[in-house]
Amino acid sequence: MTALSLNNLDISYGETQITHGISLDIAEGESFALVGESGSGKSTVLKAIAGLAPQWTGSITAFGQPRTHGIDQHFARHCQMVFQDPYGSLHPRKTIDAILSEPLAIHGIGNQNGRVEDMLVAVGLDRKFRFRYPHQLSGGQRQRVAIARALMLEPKLLLLDEPTSALDVSVQAEILNLLKRLRREQNLTFLMVTHNLPVVSFLCDRLAVMRHGRIVEIADVADLKRGALQETYSRELMDISVAHAG
Amino acid sequence: MANVHSWLIDDSPASRLQARLGRLYRICGALSRNPLAAVGAIIILVLILTAIFAPLIATHDPLKQDLAQRLLPPGSGNWMGTDELGRDIWSRVVYGARITLVIVVLVAVLAAPAGLIIGAISGYFGGWIDRVLMGVTDIFLSMPKLILALALVAALGPGIENAIIAIAITSWPGYARIARAETLTFKNAEFIAAIRLQGASSLRVILGHVLPLCTSSMIVRVTLDMAGIILTAAGLGFIGLGAQPPLPEWGAMIARGRSFILDQWWVATMPGFAIIIVSLGFCFLGDGLRDVLDPKSGEQR
Repeated sequence: MTALSLNNLDISYGETQITHGISLDIAEGESFALVGESGSGKSTVLKAIAGLAPQWTGSITAFGQPRTHGIDQHFARHCQMVFQDPYGSLHPRKTIDAILSEPLAIHGIGNQNGRVEDMLVAVGLDRKFRFRYPHQLSGGQRQRVAIARALMLEPKLLLLDEPTSALDVSVQAEILNLLKRLRREQNLTFLMVTHNLPVVSFLCDRLAVMRHGRIVEIADVADLKRGALQETYSRELMDISVAHAG
Repeated sequence: MANVHSWLIDDSPASRLQARLGRLYRICGALSRNPLAAVGAIIILVLILTAIFAPLIATHDPLKQDLAQRLLPPGSGNWMGTDELGRDIWSRVVYGARITLVIVVLVAVLAAPAGLIIGAISGYFGGWIDRVLMGVTDIFLSMPKLILALALVAALGPGIENAIIAIAITSWPGYARIARAETLTFKNAEFIAAIRLQGASSLRVILGHVLPLCTSSMIVRVTLDMAGIILTAAGLGFIGLGAQPPLPEWGAMIARGRSFILDQWWVATMPGFAIIIVSLGFCFLGDGLRDVLDPKSGEQR
């Protein structure tokens, strides 16, 4: 079954059209990456799916149901998003406990105490962090909280907007391992935006290369690892990445 | 005692209650280390205690006239002297604390939440809602405070209740402006987007997530404005549109003492001191709260 299907998606901000005819199919349980340089429109695609960029034409279908333009409660239970910057995505005046309980309160889910404790264990946070404020946590710990918050509603599809790019290299590996483990344990579908190709080969099954708001190429990660991408632009992107890593 | 202390400052609290109490304890600690704020807090505390225990503190009945004892200088019988009707000024200043406190609290309770909510709604939704609400706010802001209060009291009739309403109506626009500006700074922040993505209604986002971020600057602003509110109330009392005789309102007392200011200086001076001290107290406390209320700066101390 397809978890998410985009068909001919054109997203605009006001007069400016950002993406042109994006079409994608992501299978349930798959981990899919959107790669491209800054300004290629990859984050905008995530925002449109989440409902934060409501001005689009075309169709977005999630788990067989067409997506409305705004944010709705029903969709929220199936799909959640993890933001890029863990310093900006947690409410500065709320304890970790309040941040994690809020989605449960919104949807009227009981046993908040137990669920919050279980989730802290699942994302590898000690329970002593539960009543701390975000500014008392490190970047990696904050991103764990952000991931925990996204998973509180037990969604099947997780949108990841460069989840590791704001973190230290050593912490990046921890978060990537955590994401990989959570995906295996909870059978999640990932749609990840990144410009970091090593992350793609570590975490994803397929990738789409985007440029100027269009999809240039969709390929398997095996092709990426072998360096066998078809399009010239994709190969350029790969070369830059390799040169950068070296 | 040491146990309570370590429980309160525990780095990893075990319950919501402990986390909240711990934060309160840290705020109080930071306040007490700030000398001016501590002075302000003590003045306000004394004001509150004076208002509560006025009958115990006052030495005379504030309304009882004794024409044989009129315009006596401060002395052992009448600590602050007596006024032109022979009433004890100390007792009147003490009872006046009640009126001042009622004015300040009622204005804060009426104006601050109204301004906060209007500003937050305006900033959060933007568009035409913002334009309409801010247009109304601008109209109120463009009129001088005391003149607008004067007009309202003149229309509604003099009296302490109408003075309170008039001051409340003239002070909410400032709060609405602050709340809107604060809301605009973080309405596009990712933590608000994250809450919206979880399916929270606009009401829930505004009340639960936007307002808590506005409140600390609002508390500071309201505390600083208290001095102005007291002065406006005293001003209305002075020109005879606030509290009516024989209520011992400080502004009205100064107005009565004006005629004797050269020969019997204490009649106007004593309530004047009361106004200055209480205004200063609120200013000091407001400045101290501004330094303390940000949780980040609170932790770093």
